Amino acid sequence: MESILTINNLTKKFGYLTAVKDLSFTINKGNVYGILGPNGSGKSTTLGVVLNVVNKTSGDFHWFDGNISTHHALKKVGAIIERPNFYPYMSGYQNLKLVCKIKGVDYSKIDEKLEIVGLLERRDSKFRTFSLGMKQRLAIASALLNDPEILILDEPTNGLDPQGIHQIREIIKEIATKGTTILLASHLLDEVEKVCSHVVVLRKGEKLYSGRVDEMISSHGFFELKCNNQNELVKLLKNHKSFGNVKTEDDLVTAFLTEPMKSEEFNKYLFENGIILTHLIQRKESLEEQFLQLTDNNPINQN
Amino acid sequence: MLRLLNLELQKLLLNRTSKILIFVSFVLPFFVILLSSLKINVFGFFTLELGELGIFNFPVIWHLTTFFASQFKFFFAIVVVSMIGNEYSNKTIKQNLIDGLSKKEFILSKFYTITFFSLVSTILIFLISFCIGLYYSSYNEFSIIIQETEFLMAYFIKLIGFFSLCLFFGMLVKRSAFALAFLFILYIVEWIIFGLITWKFNADIAEKIQNFFPLKSMYKLIDQPFQRIAMTKFPDKVDLSYDYGAHGYEMLIVLGWTALFIFLSYRLLKKRDL
Repeated sequence: MESILTINNLTKKFGYLTAVKDLSFTINKGNVYGILGPNGSGKSTTLGVVLNVVNKTSGDFHWFDGNISTHHALKKVGAIIERPNFYPYMSGYQNLKLVCKIKGVDYSKIDEKLEIVGLLERRDSKFRTFSLGMKQRLAIASALLNDPEILILDEPTNGLDPQGIHQIREIIKEIATKGTTILLASHLLDEVEKVCSHVVVLRKGEKLYSGRVDEMISSHGFFELKCNNQNELVKLLKNHKSFGNVKTEDDLVTAFLTEPMKSEEFNKYLFENGIILTHLIQRKESLEEQFLQLTDNNPINQN
Repeated sequence: MLRLLNLELQKLLLNRTSKILIFVSFVLPFFVILLSSLKINVFGFFTLELGELGIFNFPVIWHLTTFFASQFKFFFAIVVVSMIGNEYSNKTIKQNLIDGLSKKEFILSKFYTITFFSLVSTILIFLISFCIGLYYSSYNEFSIIIQETEFLMAYFIKLIGFFSLCLFFGMLVKRSAFALAFLFILYIVEWIIFGLITWKFNADIAEKIQNFFPLKSMYKLIDQPFQRIAMTKFPDKVDLSYDYGAHGYEMLIVLGWTALFIFLSYRLLKKRDL
C-alpha cells in the first residue's frame, strides 16, 4: 500500500518534559485515521513536528516516498491545527488567495471550495466578522484548496456549538467518501468512532496502540450478569478457563472473556452448575471503554 | 522571488494601518522636500526661499535630500515590526508554514519586501532631487550632477540595514511595541558603551569603535549636512571641516550588519517551536 506519512522513533522534548516519546507509525493512502489521546498526550505536538512548525528532538519522519523536502510535501497536504489562523483584516476570499499563492494553486479553486463549506455568499466579508463555526469552515476550505492527498485535522470541532459540530462532521464525512486520506486528532471518541477506520492511541507521548479501530483490544467482549447467588457465580467464573477479569459492582457481575464463547453455551454451563441467571448480556467494549481501558488500566504496550 | 514579494505585499497593502504608514513614510518626506523648495512668503514681511541659499545645488542636494528623507524611516520601521508582530499575534506564521512556506522563504519574503520598499524610496528621492536640482542648481553639467550620487546608494543601504534590524527585533520579541522599545534601548546602550570607552580611554577611540555599532554605523552613512552648508558660507573657518562623505567601508559595515540580522532572524525562526 502506498504510504503517505512515515514516522520513525520520533521524540520531542520541551525542556525536561517529554511530549512525544519514541513514536512510530505509518499512514497509508485511502484510510481515515484517528489520533486519540487525552489532553496533553502529544497529539498536537506530533502533528506540529510533521507539519514543520515544531522541531523534533530525535527520530525522523518523511512524507510520501521520502524524496521531497517537508515544505514541498506540505503543498500536497491540507492541514488545520487547533484554531483557524487567518488575517483578520482580509476577506475570506483574500485569505484563501494568499494560501493559493503559498501553495501555488490556481485562484479558480477558491469559489469551488467555498461552495463546499457553504461560505460562498460570505466570501467578501472580513475574516474578523466570521463566527467561530464559519472560521473553522473557512479553514477547511483553505485546507482543501490544493485537493490534498491527505487532510490533517486537529480537533476540528473544538469549541463549536452542536450545529457547528454537525456541519463540520458532515463536511469531513463527505470528503472521506471521495477517497481522501484523513488524519483526525481528537479526544472526542464518538467523533473518531463515527469517521475513522484506523486509530493511533497516545498517552503521555507514548503510543499505546495503532491499527484498525475494531481490533483495538484483543478482546472477545464480556458478559454482564445478575443472579440471586452471586458468590457462587463469581467463584465459578474465577475457576473457568475462558474468563480473565471478573468485576462485581453491587449486584452486577462483569466477566471478561479471554477466548470466544457463545452466550447460549455459557448459559447452559451455568445452569448445569446450578446457577440461574436473572440478567445476561453479552457485549463488546465501545470505543470509549476500550480507550479508557487502554489509557487508564494498561500501562504496558499491547502490541 | 516575485512570488514571495507578492505574498508579502498582499499582506501589507490590504491592511489599512500599514497602508497609511507606508503612504506616510513615502509621501511625507517627498512633500517636505517639495515644500521647502518652494518660495514661501512669510506673512508678507519677507520671502523665504531656501533655494537661494544654494542648498539645492548639485551635488549638495543629494546629501541634503537623502539626509532628510532618512529621518522618515521610522514610519516604515513601524510597518516592519508590526508585519512580524501581526504574524505572531494572529498565529498566521504557523498557518503559513503549515500551508507549505519554508522558514527560509518566510524570512526571505520579509527581506524582499524591505528591499523593495527601500528601492522604491531611493528611486523617489532620486527623482525629486533630480527635478528640484535641475530647477535650482547653478550647475547643470552632467559631470557635476552625477557627483556624490553615492549618497543615494548610502541611503538605500541605510534603509535596508535599519529595516533588517527592525525585522530582527520583531522576530526576537514577537511583539511590535516591544521591538520598537528594543530599538530605543539599543540606541541608549550604544551611547552608554560610548561613554564607558570615553571614560576608560578617550573620545577619539570611543568614536572609532562606536562607528561600528549598528545604529551609529547606519547614522554615519549619511552625516548631517548642516555643517557642510555652513562650511560653504564661511570657507575660512577651518575648524568646521569634517568628513561628510558616504564611504565604501561605511557601507560595508552596514551591509555586514544587515547580513547578520537577516541570518539571525532565520536562525531564530528555525530553532523556535511555534
